[in-house]
Amino acid sequence: MILAIVTISLMAGLFGLVLGYTAIRFKVEGNPVVDQIDALLPQTQCGQCTYPGCRPYAEAIAHGEAPINQCPPGGQATIVALADLLDTEVLELNAEHGEHLDVPLVAVIDEQTCIGCTLCIQACPVDAILGSAKHMHTVITDECTGCKLCLPPCPVDCIDMVPTQQTIDDWKWTVPPRQPGLTGDA
Amino acid sequence: MRKLHQFHGGLHLEGHKSESLTRNLRQASLPPRLYLPLRQHIGEHNKPLVDVGNRVLKGHVISASSSLIRAAVHAPTSGTVTAISDYPVAHPSGLKDTCIVIDVDGEDEAAAPVIPDLQQLEAGEIIDLICRSGVVGLGGAAFPSSPKLSRGKMQGIETLIINGVECEPYITCDDMLMRHYAAEILRGVGYLQRILNPQFTLIGIEDNKPEAIAAMTSGLAHAGLAATEIVSIPTIYPSGGEKQLIQILTGREVPHGQLAFDIGLFCQNVGTCVAITRALEQDQPLISRVVTITGDNIREPGNWEVRLGSPVRHLVELAGGYLHGDSSPLVMGGPMMGFSLSGDQVPIVKASNCIMVMREQAMTRRPGYHDECIRCGKCTEVCPAQLLPQQLYWHARAGAFERAQEFHLLDCIECGCCSAVCPSGIPLVQYYRAAKSEIRAAHKVQIKSDRARFRFEFRERRLLLKKQQDEERRRLKREALQKKKIQAGGEVPIADPVQAALERVKARKLAEQEDSQ
Repeated sequence: MILAIVTISLMAGLFGLVLGYTAIRFKVEGNPVVDQIDALLPQTQCGQCTYPGCRPYAEAIAHGEAPINQCPPGGQATIVALADLLDTEVLELNAEHGEHLDVPLVAVIDEQTCIGCTLCIQACPVDAILGSAKHMHTVITDECTGCKLCLPPCPVDCIDMVPTQQTIDDWKWTVPPRQPGLTGDA
Repeated sequence: MRKLHQFHGGLHLEGHKSESLTRNLRQASLPPRLYLPLRQHIGEHNKPLVDVGNRVLKGHVISASSSLIRAAVHAPTSGTVTAISDYPVAHPSGLKDTCIVIDVDGEDEAAAPVIPDLQQLEAGEIIDLICRSGVVGLGGAAFPSSPKLSRGKMQGIETLIINGVECEPYITCDDMLMRHYAAEILRGVGYLQRILNPQFTLIGIEDNKPEAIAAMTSGLAHAGLAATEIVSIPTIYPSGGEKQLIQILTGREVPHGQLAFDIGLFCQNVGTCVAITRALEQDQPLISRVVTITGDNIREPGNWEVRLGSPVRHLVELAGGYLHGDSSPLVMGGPMMGFSLSGDQVPIVKASNCIMVMREQAMTRRPGYHDECIRCGKCTEVCPAQLLPQQLYWHARAGAFERAQEFHLLDCIECGCCSAVCPSGIPLVQYYRAAKSEIRAAHKVQIKSDRARFRFEFRERRLLLKKQQDEERRRLKREALQKKKIQAGGEVPIADPVQAALERVKARKLAEQEDSQ
């Protein structure tokens, strides 16, 4: 009886030491789940999910405070990827937060109308608008995420969201047409 | 006799080469107007360096970029730039791309050539000259030659391989080039040898081109190149693919994820050798190339040396026009790897080796729907990259791109052997191309979102820093003011009345919050 108690206590102590050591040795900084979720989000920083940016939304998902279907720019693909990562059910995109667009949008400033108020520059979450006070502003198209956050502050409504043009660089080969009625997808 | 090796699979195809070989190489006349796409190579877009209304001379640079993988485009003849806008280009999408349009004045006036003393030049300077001349690989990929040479020189090259194989049916432009310009090719090989210092040089030519082999062999006797050998290799498609040719000549395989120069090998097409020779000896940039025009709907199939930017229509007219009708399905490249053109207004570019004028769409054996896979495994037998085409097909079709990548989809060279033997007529390569585009697009999206994340986080940090700095400044100012007051009044001032009011409000709010909880 005493032998058993001593043995178990010794073992418990030993394992405790091992666990304690590994906890220090292999300590993970930050929350890796948040990083993994953040990596799947489209980084438009649009706030349509009601969180101020993709990372805050990732944190909310990780803490179980938000469902995974609040990201319209990511659409169904992001929901599937998130469900895969978190091993949860795939949900339909919550229409309250917006619609998923197949062709991404990009902001364009009508440079004739712009009065140079800098309000859009302050609103842009990725610093994609260039300009200074009382000077014309313009959008760096390559950096624009199409978040539309620059639209509300503009006092002269000179910003338009334009669908991106299909170019040779982002053209895709399509799969051959499928015969209707055939089955047998892998 | 060198011991040759074999690659897995491959096909014996009907050559259809004699049609375009019955006539000699001819010089194409200048069309009235040239359309030069800004970018004609693999890599980033060029920017135009001319304006509408400028007069350009033959050899002037008209578009260039400053990225690492670059190839300038030069004016192929003298004339006036009349437009810089979107025109149809040679691309499977049929989309338009920015072209510089030159109205040809017919004088063909060239800029004065600057010919350096080649004996004095270092390898790096030769690479610079090649870069300035806009030389790209003329075997089909149009990869800029100068970065490839720089990398090859850095890595160290054991064997230089010159590709004169031209294994795809119908195409004969390299065959013609070797027959007519053997001396220029071999001088180009000499310059490559000076840059790369290889121990051996092998010139691979398929044995269905006896005349080319003879011309190159007699040229080699006078060229005085060290350790250089012309190797006649058996005719089998796709022996002209870089990795396949390497395997035939050296028995080595380029490992997954690596390139030829990673294992000390360097491949260059014969056409590129001519372009290098002309760039160095005559200061003539890449402004023309040999193009085969062939097929069953062209009156006089043959090979023409064409200025870049000439519309395909001009070439068709030189070759006697269409046999039937006013237009015809056109394919750029060969029947195995080529793609359909949107029309004959498309210009010839650096990568255009062959124009097939076919009575029927040659690209799809059975237009419309295809039958189902019967799992016969013929595709696996012929795949020269030793992939599993059937597995790739299932995964590509189901959109399981990650699984497809696990089966090395990206190692597929799109040679079309699997599609050609498929008894169900499945356009397998089209599935692979579609899957590859999806993978590339997803990769691009990933890069863009990573940048957006970086910029967003940077902005957050910047705003936070600004806030902290503002607070610090305010605090210092307050302290300075207080000090001043002490010095002026000599006594400690009572707290700021505004600050006191704010404190009171804050305290009340806190109390309210606690109450409500």
